[in-house]
Amino acid sequence: MKKSVFIGALTVAGLAAAAAPAATLDEVKARGTLNCGVSTGVPGFEAPNADGEWEGFDVDVCRAVAAAVLNDAKAVEFVPTTGKTRFTALASGEVDMLSRVTTWTFSRDVDLKFEFVGVNYYDGQGFMVPKELGVTSATELDGATVCIQTGTTTELNLADYFRVNNMSYEPVPIETQTEAQQQYLAGACDVYTTDSSALASVRSSFADTSAHVILPEIISKEPLGPLVRHGDNEWGDIVRWTLNALIAAEELGVTSANIGELSAAPTDNPEINRLLGTEGNLGEMMGLDAQWAVRAISAGGNFGESFERHIGENTPIGLARGLNAQWTAGGLMYSPPFR
Amino acid sequence: MTTLTDPPKDSFRLSMLLYDTRYRSMTIQVIALLGFSAFVWWLIGNTAQNLSDLGKEPSFRFLGEPAGYDINQRLIEYNSQSSHFRAAMVGVLNTLVIAFLGCILATVLGVAIGVLRLSKNWIVARIMTVYVEMFRNVPVLLWIVLAMAILIETLPAPNAFRGDTPSASMILNSVAITNRGIFMPAPSFTTELVSSSVAWWLVIGVFVASVLGVRYVRKSATATQNATGVRPTTWYLQLGILFVPMAILLLVLGLQWTSPELKGFNFKGGLHLRNSLIALWLALSFYTAAFIAENVRSGIMAIAKGQSEAAGALGLRPNRIMSLVVLPQALRVIIPPLISQYLNLTKNSSLAIAVGYMDITGTLMGISLNQTGRELETLLLGMLIYLTISLIISTVMNVYNSRMQLSER
Ligand SMILES: N[C@@H](CCC(=O)N[C@@H](CS)C(=O)NCC(=O)O)C(=O)O
Repeated sequence: MKKSVFIGALTVAGLAAAAAPAATLDEVKARGTLNCGVSTGVPGFEAPNADGEWEGFDVDVCRAVAAAVLNDAKAVEFVPTTGKTRFTALASGEVDMLSRVTTWTFSRDVDLKFEFVGVNYYDGQGFMVPKELGVTSATELDGATVCIQTGTTTELNLADYFRVNNMSYEPVPIETQTEAQQQYLAGACDVYTTDSSALASVRSSFADTSAHVILPEIISKEPLGPLVRHGDNEWGDIVRWTLNALIAAEELGVTSANIGELSAAPTDNPEINRLLGTEGNLGEMMGLDAQWAVRAISAGGNFGESFERHIGENTPIGLARGLNAQWTAGGLMYSPPFR
Repeated sequence: MTTLTDPPKDSFRLSMLLYDTRYRSMTIQVIALLGFSAFVWWLIGNTAQNLSDLGKEPSFRFLGEPAGYDINQRLIEYNSQSSHFRAAMVGVLNTLVIAFLGCILATVLGVAIGVLRLSKNWIVARIMTVYVEMFRNVPVLLWIVLAMAILIETLPAPNAFRGDTPSASMILNSVAITNRGIFMPAPSFTTELVSSSVAWWLVIGVFVASVLGVRYVRKSATATQNATGVRPTTWYLQLGILFVPMAILLLVLGLQWTSPELKGFNFKGGLHLRNSLIALWLALSFYTAAFIAENVRSGIMAIAKGQSEAAGALGLRPNRIMSLVVLPQALRVIIPPLISQYLNLTKNSSLAIAVGYMDITGTLMGISLNQTGRELETLLLGMLIYLTISLIISTVMNVYNSRMQLSER
């Protein structure tokens, strides 16, 4: 109770404090740092490295926004949130944006009053089991004990999947990824289920990765992306178009290697020119300067570079681009035009 | 020359509110009250304003909508299609279960440790001191997490019970202790005359009736004793009242014990005490027992030494002195702080989510809050529920307390 009253008081205080929705952009600029909500740790997506600095695929989005707005990719205060605390953190103004493997759903958008600015990873929920159980399909999981993180879409999908398939299961609710991992490895649950990208990430941190299999069934759609609060559309635009800039940069062949050259003078591709501010005034329309996208892209490279560096096939996590390839390469990544 | 007269009677002036000590304290209190009310008013108004700016007007309608998630330990019918309200009820019952089990174990342990700490045996007394200092000086959350980690890491997984040469085996072929909890035989009824919940109520009803019957027999025995000086022998009657009706009822209902069996991934059948429940229960009880032990010790020490010396002079043996003379008096000192320990235990049980025990904090103020985004509503409801539970506990204990007080003649 002590704890809950405390949280309650914090929430109320937080709600009370988030007075008159001042423009988030101005607040961030005045503060000089961007408060970015991340998870407590999913290697590859967001996790502190050996030096205690946060890095990962989602972290790069935070850094890109900070670079665009504050001219400093390092001016980010990372706020670790669990599946349960993330929405309160965003709604109360504790963070300016969330970039933490969060699924875009109708009720989060409409009922919880958030604005998903796009999708940076098209995912789906999967199951991981120890190989020694000999399970080859999710339909064989009747009666299993399943570790799940509370406050996620995962637990709702799971309930639906087992009900629809007339199977029973024993849910073991857990708050953070680390605890889930501990229970799973000790055999306190048979199955660990979450977004399949996160399963790959978790498995990569196991001592013996080959002892665990990810089952073929994908039981849901989990479009993961950054989100902001409802009501401040200008701020939403900035985060949305920063993400789009990273995606468009890959499509247009703008990389961290050639961006200096491409942004020095207008090229013969007008869209690159508009993106990099050598033509038109897109940055100004958002309340930023002309170089915003140059800084955002330089922060962690374009979308593809960030993907390959943190979660791609040459990393321990080893995810293929699949749905997350550019639309020109058969994927779903498609930035609206910079015009 | 003026003569001495009564001091002039001041009529009331406004400045007296400030300068006259008779009124000043009242003035200050009124101003403080007004200020406080204004602050609360502002807080409520501001919160409501901000919520409506966010487009989130307070509403409790979400309680009727399907919860969508499953809960492992449920004492009432519940599935993912049930409402958030029902999920909250499952949580409330789980909170009550842990509070009830915890208070009992904490009391038993606490009384034993408190008495032993006063033992003349040096080693026993020292061990109890170490126990008390160890448990009450480390946050209970750490004990809970530690208990869970020990259960998970040291006990065998159900898989270890499998195969021709299993590395773990069931106790007496009926109890399996695993890192998912303890699976043990559970009673059930084969009868088709009544449904199983009716059968359970019958059992409870007969039990209560038997206990009342025994009390009646004892009372009339005392009455006879007071009247004639001879206490009639009633023990066989008491035993009969206690056991015969129950035995007949259980026979009619067809009592049977189902043992757990390893089927598929898990043990099936019987009773499953999840390790989240066990870890939380043990940690809360051991922790609270340390405080109760101190209450018990101070209660016993509050009884004048002359009392036990006098009892000894009358020829009572030491354990009779403790149970007939010291403890009944010590209880009067022990009960009031015991009430607050019970309340503490109940409130501390809200740390349950640390081990994934689905109490009211985990369901209503956890998953329901998160899935519906109704922070304010769920937290207010949750606080109301804890308040109600706490008030009930303290009312019951206060009644008990007033009955234990010295009735002065
Ligand atoms: N995409 C799902 C699940 C997201 C989620 O919470 N994933 C877990 C498992 S990978 C996580 O982020 N854990 C890290 C943490 O607890 O901080 C959702 O949005 O509800």
